[in-house]
Amino acid sequence: MWVLNFRFDFLITEIMRKHILIISSFLIFILACNKDADFLNTAPKDILTDDAVWKSEDLTLSVLADLYNRYPEQQTITNWAEYTNFDEAFPSEAGNYWRTKQVDYPYDWWNLWDYGYFRDLNLFVQKCQAADQLSADVRNRFVSEARFLRAALYFEEVKRMGGVPLILEPMEYNFSGDPTYLQHARAKESDIYDFVIAEMDTIKAILPDDASIKARATKGLALAMQARAALYAASIAKYGTSTPTVTLAGGEVGISADKSTAYYTKALAAAQEIISGGKYSLYKKKTEDLQDNFASLFYDKSNNPEVIFAQDFKLKSGKVEDWTLNNQPWSSAEEQQGGRVNPSLNLAQLYEKLDNTYSPFVTNTGSDYVYYDNPLDIFAGRDARLGGTIILPGTKFKGVPLDIWAGVMYWKGGQYNIITGDNFGDQDSIPVAGSPKSSQVVGADGPVDGLQFSAQTGFYVRKFMDQTVGSGQIGTRSEVWWVRYRYAEVLLNAAEAAFELGQSDVAATYINQVRERAGFTIPLTTITFDRIVHERRVELAFEGHELFDNKRWRLAHKVWNGETISAADLVTNIGKADKVNTMIYGLWPYKIYNPGNVNDGKWVYKIVKPSNVTAAHRFKLGNYYSQIGSDILSNNPKLIKNPNQ
Amino acid sequence: MKKIIYLALCMVALSCKKDNYDSPSVTLQGRITYQGEAINVSSKDVTFELWEPGWGKNGAITVNINEDGSYSALLFNGNYKLIIPPSQGPFRSVLNNETNSDTVRLQLNGNRTMDIEVMPYYMVRTPQFLLTGTTVGATCKLEKIITDANAKDIENVFLYLNQTAFVDGTNYIARTSIAGSDIADPDHISLNVEVPASTSANGSTGDQRYIYARIGVKISGVEDLLFSTVQKIDL
Repeated sequence: MWVLNFRFDFLITEIMRKHILIISSFLIFILACNKDADFLNTAPKDILTDDAVWKSEDLTLSVLADLYNRYPEQQTITNWAEYTNFDEAFPSEAGNYWRTKQVDYPYDWWNLWDYGYFRDLNLFVQKCQAADQLSADVRNRFVSEARFLRAALYFEEVKRMGGVPLILEPMEYNFSGDPTYLQHARAKESDIYDFVIAEMDTIKAILPDDASIKARATKGLALAMQARAALYAASIAKYGTSTPTVTLAGGEVGISADKSTAYYTKALAAAQEIISGGKYSLYKKKTEDLQDNFASLFYDKSNNPEVIFAQDFKLKSGKVEDWTLNNQPWSSAEEQQGGRVNPSLNLAQLYEKLDNTYSPFVTNTGSDYVYYDNPLDIFAGRDARLGGTIILPGTKFKGVPLDIWAGVMYWKGGQYNIITGDNFGDQDSIPVAGSPKSSQVVGADGPVDGLQFSAQTGFYVRKFMDQTVGSGQIGTRSEVWWVRYRYAEVLLNAAEAAFELGQSDVAATYINQVRERAGFTIPLTTITFDRIVHERRVELAFEGHELFDNKRWRLAHKVWNGETISAADLVTNIGKADKVNTMIYGLWPYKIYNPGNVNDGKWVYKIVKPSNVTAAHRFKLGNYYSQIGSDILSNNPKLIKNPNQ
Repeated sequence: MKKIIYLALCMVALSCKKDNYDSPSVTLQGRITYQGEAINVSSKDVTFELWEPGWGKNGAITVNINEDGSYSALLFNGNYKLIIPPSQGPFRSVLNNETNSDTVRLQLNGNRTMDIEVMPYYMVRTPQFLLTGTTVGATCKLEKIITDANAKDIENVFLYLNQTAFVDGTNYIARTSIAGSDIADPDHISLNVEVPASTSANGSTGDQRYIYARIGVKISGVEDLLFSTVQKIDL
């Protein structure tokens, strides 16, 4: 067959060579004579036209899906490295060590100026409202969802940039050569928050009041976002007084202190509307193991009563996430990678003992170590969220026991000496007479200082990790969702608002519900600001709250003040909201080798600072509101710069 | 083969001709001063901005001030406007008579040395460092320069030690401080700090027989610290 083809091709080539001119003109003639109208009016196959979209419910939903897909976020499970910029975790990947070596956060970090997205949202609202071929119910729901997304984007803008121009109509350029009528000044910071709060009041009545809808906007979500936004505005109004230079004269940055009570009241009311609505509740499916219960809250997608809004993923659909691939422990890794996010000791030691007291992990008594029979013993009797958030030494992941230990401490010459390896699970001979010729001297998960993917703080992350086989494979990945709003945060928002309004007992009821699920049996009776800050840090770790919480409380420049902290500093003042937290520390287990001694085979712990942690983070006053790019400023002279940059 | 070589040669010769701009070659340098005396600041922290109007898009050239108060920038000839953003440095800009604002007009036509005069909140006068045993003691006098409505209090005075000549709030191996409220007499400030047993950041290697010390002043409501000059101390 191919021979024939070849000959045919050859023939054509021969003819073309001889009669190229004639053939070309003939072709031109044919093409030119084709019906012009048909040729130029080919219907596009790769874009949806207005005519097609607004008639069809399915196509409108597709457009809306794209808008949902662009939901703005800072830290999420799809950008793991963002978690390692502060104090929650160390980046165990060679290309990201610079994050713990950087002193200052650049002023343009976290900036967001997505007016392309605003325009698309405004166009959707405008066109969908006019889409009279859709049924009224469907149309109203779609419009409300787009309005939700628009408010979510304004909320994200105001969190990062302060007040931004409030544009609610798609703007069109008239090609007059003068674009000044399209240039708008920045709104006040409080105006943006007011807009978000008011929008939620409008759309909550239209959106479905259905707790089983998790990936689209619902009434519960509108209220949850309203509570969060009002709480942000309230705390900026209240705590902004401590940073008088973080303001602009026109109110683009900073909210006047007298507004805080009204915002706190609104936040409490919105949160209480969800709570009294009774559609959501805390996840308690596995009460026999509270650590496991807390971990599965994030990956259990069937009838999860706690999740209000999530970004969903689906295997084999192309929309999968790689949190588990990036962070799987080396001992159970399904690829030659994982272990990137290493939770810090700074975070781990925040989890209280079950008697409601703070305590560092006990590594020493006097000058001697404390010897533990099992690696897990040092973590016993604590908040269940510790083991639910962090993979601890001595536990299992995907049924494989973790092997986290930094080396062997052997007794020789009247003191402990350390032998360790420089790769996962290295073997060596312990230089003591009678020891085996070759034995393992470091855990299969590390920690090995400077070795990427090893547990360089002694911990791996557990939150959002997928237990399913294949979730750590590049070819499969994971369909665990990213939880954006959940009921426990609503309770904590309510608690904070109630506390700030002087209703300390109301605050205690809400905060104690969250703590009871974490295994605490003694309820808190007095609530302090430190308690509010602490509870959010431990409950909401790795959920993208820390930066924005510290910003709104104006704590960021205090906790990340650029001052070096020592191991002794680290273990003091645990639970203080303004504790300096500039450098990441780890907790490394060592195995004792001392045959004949009572401590042989036991475990001791050392507090270490990974050698790649060289800088103390410094959050300057100019970081509170991110820098507006100079291209944006020069395109619109009505914009003013953020303060202190 | 020869053809290819000639072709390559031609390409090299042609492509490297006049298709590039000259690099900036005019040096602007000087110091940030008060009455002719350089103001010491932390390294990499304090900046000022040069604007060159007349181009389509606006964007500032940011110039860093060194820890000893000096600066230098490579620029093109032209007319610039110099401003120190209000959040920068432990000082305030002085009013420029020509522009009647804090903007300074700056004409560059060849290399230029120019000190920029500012109003610091304080000046660290007569800093003295003395090693006694393993303790570094420092004394100085704090002179309040701005005394009108814009005056600010002292929040803290620090004494920093570091193993390199970069000594400031983020680069130190030992430090001590006194709160501004505990200062009885700003003319007699005295601080003591113990020299760490190891002056190396890398365990036992790289130990050295000298150390650098510096006094820093945190003024309340001002982010950047004011410093004394750096003093090398032989151990």
